[in-house]
Amino acid sequence: MNYLEFEKPLAEIEGKAEELRALARANEEMDVEQEAAALDKKAADLLRDLYKNLSPWRKCQVARHPDRPHCRDYIEALFTEYTPLAGDRNFADDHAVMGGLARLGDRPIMVIGHEKGHDTKTRIERNFGMARPEGYRKAIRLMELADKFKLPVITLVDTPGAYPGKGAEERGQSEAIARSTQKCLEIGVPLISVIIGEGGSGGAVAFATANRVAMLEHSVYSVISPEGCASILWKDAEKMREAAEALRLTAQDLKKLGVIDQIIDEPLGGAQRGRKAAIASVGKALEAMLAEFDGKDRKALIKDRREKFLKMGAKGLAA
Amino acid sequence: MNWITNYVKPKIDSLFSRRDVPENLWRKCDDCGTMLFHRELSDNLMVCTQCGHHMAITPRERFAALFDGGVFTEVKVPEPVADPLHFRDQKKYPDRMKAAQKSTGEKEAMLVAEGEIGRTPIVAAAQDFSFMGGSMGMYVGNAIIAAAERAVKLGRPLILFSAAGGARMQEGILSLMQMPRTTVAVEMLKEAGLPYIVVLTHPTTGGVTASYAMLGDVHIAEPNALICFAGPRVIEQTIREKLPEGFQRAEYLLDHGMLDRVTPRTEMREELITITRMLLGLPPAVKGDLPAPQPEPAGKKKPAKEKPAE
Repeated sequence: MNYLEFEKPLAEIEGKAEELRALARANEEMDVEQEAAALDKKAADLLRDLYKNLSPWRKCQVARHPDRPHCRDYIEALFTEYTPLAGDRNFADDHAVMGGLARLGDRPIMVIGHEKGHDTKTRIERNFGMARPEGYRKAIRLMELADKFKLPVITLVDTPGAYPGKGAEERGQSEAIARSTQKCLEIGVPLISVIIGEGGSGGAVAFATANRVAMLEHSVYSVISPEGCASILWKDAEKMREAAEALRLTAQDLKKLGVIDQIIDEPLGGAQRGRKAAIASVGKALEAMLAEFDGKDRKALIKDRREKFLKMGAKGLAA
Repeated sequence: MNWITNYVKPKIDSLFSRRDVPENLWRKCDDCGTMLFHRELSDNLMVCTQCGHHMAITPRERFAALFDGGVFTEVKVPEPVADPLHFRDQKKYPDRMKAAQKSTGEKEAMLVAEGEIGRTPIVAAAQDFSFMGGSMGMYVGNAIIAAAERAVKLGRPLILFSAAGGARMQEGILSLMQMPRTTVAVEMLKEAGLPYIVVLTHPTTGGVTASYAMLGDVHIAEPNALICFAGPRVIEQTIREKLPEGFQRAEYLLDHGMLDRVTPRTEMREELITITRMLLGLPPAVKGDLPAPQPEPAGKKKPAKEKPAE
């Protein structure tokens, strides 16, 4: 279990309880259960308090939590017959983006998502979930394939943003993102998107220009990272708390602004503490969102998406 | 207190102050440092007459030079909600807006107009880098949608001049949502079968490049314009190496296949006329039938004179 900075007090209590139990295991006649249970309760109360009102910056930290289920975990748990499809038929296969055919229940679908990796080796392999142009072009190809065979598309968004690298720029990162967004708007099949962790800027939009966009309770979706915003507007990267506050990047604010359609509840303490439960809620939400579009034809689906984005932003946040 | 301080010094001071010239008569080229007379510079569309460096030009100046006889009609842009997020950094967003409006005399960072170029009816939109870095917020999104809708209604091509640092952070997620919104505008033009030409000017970066600026039927850039998604500083910090000379400049992008052409501003108008007329299946523009030049555009006649010879 990795603890976040603001979870330090919790780590102490849980650590103590664990120590006590370890002592008891080593020493048969010691009875610590009562004390340990008291500590457990204290920990549970603290956890509830901490997560009751997470500040936007804390939400960013939770959204980036290394133990949070990532794209691969959702795909493995929610779908059957997952068959990865690779490559952009142009330059390379981007490992930051995974995707392929799968079944949700009986229904064949196309799933595409950012994968961050879960340890040093896989993180490097996945480039920390930062796609290069090939990733977007792979997504475009898979969306076209889905469109051709009338399969709904599900995208799982979890990226710090596009990769700021020399090659990525040379190979037309901007164009790749723009075309991917355009493809999202053009396909005649339902496109459902869930932001499972970080929805970072253009890299997220390229996948999340969808008929329905849902966000996990503690995920974030923003035009720029709080650190980046702070260094530009405050000229001080350490002002990320203020920036996170000002950017309105939480699922709750985005729902109020009408930018997303639905918030998916996370278990107490975040998806990282209840991975199975979080994954199951995402599965349920996906099925419900897909069902909304059953029987809708191409034209209606494309129109639904366009009008949704044209209308977006008509109202601001209430004062 | 004597004759010198009371009489001579004020006299000398007044002599000098009288010789002060208005500051805006001369402008130093940002690149080669040559002092350029303001009228000569604006006649040459803000391109240095010595080194050809392209300096910033406002949408109004650009349109005055682009449209026949400098005549155009503004297209109305629907007003978005002001300060939708109640954003506040070191300054309040509405205060930043007011300051930008005061310094530019414009309402927002994009101007949309309709008119004719070489007797070819078009709709044009130009982004104003001097207005909060040309940043794309709800207004810019609305402007592009309004431009596309107008173009579709009138059956005209849309020519868009981009110039922006990227998304307007003060509108947070709503500025990000302009990427899909402006892409919907591009879709409208595509469906209507109308040409959409993007002229990328210095600088075009961030979310603007990653949406409508890279979705044109034809991409033309001004020389040496910085065009990128992630800026060179961010990349240098990430990869910790020096970037090659001219990286992310128009010519570099042309080499890497992201642009169709790099064209000097002084030749842009002719080129846009040529391209749009061909895409629309119209006969070539006959230079003779253009209205007589207005007294002001003296700089325009240079390129115009050379071409009609053939």
